[in-house]
Amino acid sequence: MSNDVLLHVESAHGALKKSALEIATAGRRVADQLGGQLVALVAGSGVDTAPLAAHGVDKVLTVEGAAFDRYTLEAHGAALLAAAEQVAPRAVLLAASVAGKELGAWAAARLDRGLVADAIEVHADGEALVAHKPKYAGKAHATLRVAGPAVVSVRPNAIAPEANAKAGERVALSVTAPEARIRVESVEAPGTKQIELTEADAIVSGGRGMGGPESWNLILDLAEVLGAAHGASRAVCDAGWRPHAEQVGQTGKTVSPKLYIACGISGAIQHLAGMSSSKVIVAVNKDPEAPIFKVSDYGIVGDVHQVLPLLTDAARTFLA
Amino acid sequence: MKIVVCMKRVVDTETRVKIAPDGRSIDLGGVQFITAPYDEMAVEKAIQLRDAAGSGEVVVVTVGPEAATKELRTALAMGADRALHVVDESARDASSTAAALAAAIEGVGADMVLCGKQATDDDDAAVGPMLAARLGLPCVAFVDGLDVDGGTAKARREIDGEVEHLSVTLPAVFTAQKGLAEARYPGLKGIMAAKKKPLENVAPADAPSLVETTSLELPPARGAMVAIEPTAAGMQQLLTALRNDKKVI
Ligand SMILES: Cc1cc2nc3c(=O)[nH]c(=O)nc-3n(C[C@H](O)[C@H](O)[C@H](O)COP(=O)(O)OP(=O)(O)OC[C@H]3O[C@@H](n4cnc5c(N)ncnc54)[C@H](O)[C@@H]3O)c2cc1C
Ligand SMILES: Nc1ncnc2c1ncn2[C@@H]1O[C@H](COP(=O)(O)O)[C@@H](O)[C@H]1O
Repeated sequence: MSNDVLLHVESAHGALKKSALEIATAGRRVADQLGGQLVALVAGSGVDTAPLAAHGVDKVLTVEGAAFDRYTLEAHGAALLAAAEQVAPRAVLLAASVAGKELGAWAAARLDRGLVADAIEVHADGEALVAHKPKYAGKAHATLRVAGPAVVSVRPNAIAPEANAKAGERVALSVTAPEARIRVESVEAPGTKQIELTEADAIVSGGRGMGGPESWNLILDLAEVLGAAHGASRAVCDAGWRPHAEQVGQTGKTVSPKLYIACGISGAIQHLAGMSSSKVIVAVNKDPEAPIFKVSDYGIVGDVHQVLPLLTDAARTFLA
Repeated sequence: MKIVVCMKRVVDTETRVKIAPDGRSIDLGGVQFITAPYDEMAVEKAIQLRDAAGSGEVVVVTVGPEAATKELRTALAMGADRALHVVDESARDASSTAAALAAAIEGVGADMVLCGKQATDDDDAAVGPMLAARLGLPCVAFVDGLDVDGGTAKARREIDGEVEHLSVTLPAVFTAQKGLAEARYPGLKGIMAAKKKPLENVAPADAPSLVETTSLELPPARGAMVAIEPTAAGMQQLLTALRNDKKVI
């Protein structure tokens, strides 16, 4: 086995995902600690890999072909196994996205490696890999140690990209995708240009205190002005005011944006579970005793119907 | 339609976590246990698919302590047909759990294996895809829609803000995302029937954990809250603080 670190990098329509530079930054650090190289696997045609070289990647393995352009576990799994065979890395890093969690776990089992899923920090200690990850939906933080070869998926937004110019030389890797048992029949693009909750820098979320779906424009307007994604509590999704995909919390999405604005959300433990690792939390609630204020950095006691228009207007001028 | 559902006994989502004296696990004193919420959705979906097919069997399986019999009985009361209990008191990592599950279900001959998207304790979202790798089956994780049409499953999932519609050759592994199904409450009739349904104990396969938990801590505490007046001036103060002090906008 080498002391190298292998990244599985995600891209869409020829462009790297934001997470690519986050895992490159984490990977560079680990590779330096191990005294190895940082190698990135890019499966998909015509991807601009220059940003990888600018963020610490020594070498880029490219796998091209129509079978790899859209992520499927089978095609990207085959590419990752081929790259792992060539590089024999001590650590494989992926983004803890839908694809990265699925592929990381699958590859860890195929390669008989220890897995840390959804890490928020990772480093090498001698030859071992040490990572921190939230458990119990963020109610506790674990330190995990993998003595042997490892696979680590890294939570989006947990690591800030750092520039570090390296060669990033591209080398083609030839991989044959296996016969597909999983076929993508169709893809629906989102109706509105909704920012992905788990990757968003800022999120505006609404709860039952919004009063009903007819008030949601207050959430959407503020989100638009801030360039934020929008989410909801379970009470709201269960009532059918908003789709399930927008639910934040223990049985919804776990998010860690820089800014989370909770509007008319009481702060039940299952909701906090999904968002308490946000960097800054702002709460708007008419009840000064609402538990959400216990985890908030800034609290506004007031009615969402009055406060949100004030905040949206102020933000529009402030950010102009 | 023979469907295996993997379900884990976990601490209740209401639990206020306290760290145990060993500094590596949580204090289980006074803690309530439940079936992980996504696993309940998977059990419900399996029952629905079996009933829609008009024949078949739902087999629930857990790797867990003696006491997990209770959660298995609840799944039987919901309508599952039989249960396999890999009785194991040890704390396993995802690799070791997947190995134990694979050994337990290899002989069942399932058309479909359902897991929850993640167990709400370790939050790994890993065991499903690992199990698929071990069983040599295709896997689609995080599905919020699933139908069967002959030897093919139609799955729907949200990925990167898009919705994917996939067709998958069975047998295959899927993991349940919120929206797949809402678990029913078992009725009295179901609870009575569950008492007579087969629940078989299975010896755990010997599979090492590859990841060691060296410590568990409470997350860092947040600073004191700053109260903001619900006025235009208050909003100005908030925005200024978010930009200058916190640098988040
Ligand atoms: C197994 C399990 C899993 C769960 N998973 C999740 C999850 O993933 N996500 C989640 O969110 N919940 C989850 N829950 C549900 C959770 O326990 C709460 O019921 C839910 O979060 C409450 O939503 P809410 O805060 O919108 O509503 P409420 O608790 O009803 O709170 C509404 C709040 O709005 C305030 N309010 C009312 N009117 C106004 C107004 N005009 N202006 C300002 N404030 C106002 C009220 O003071 C109150 O604090 C889960 C529960 C269980 C049992
Ligand atoms: N001990 C276990 N017994 C049975 N199923 C499990 C066990 N651990 C995990 N699973 C299944 O795998 C899914 C993902 O778990 P995890 O990878 O721990 O987040 C769970 O939702 C269960 O369906």
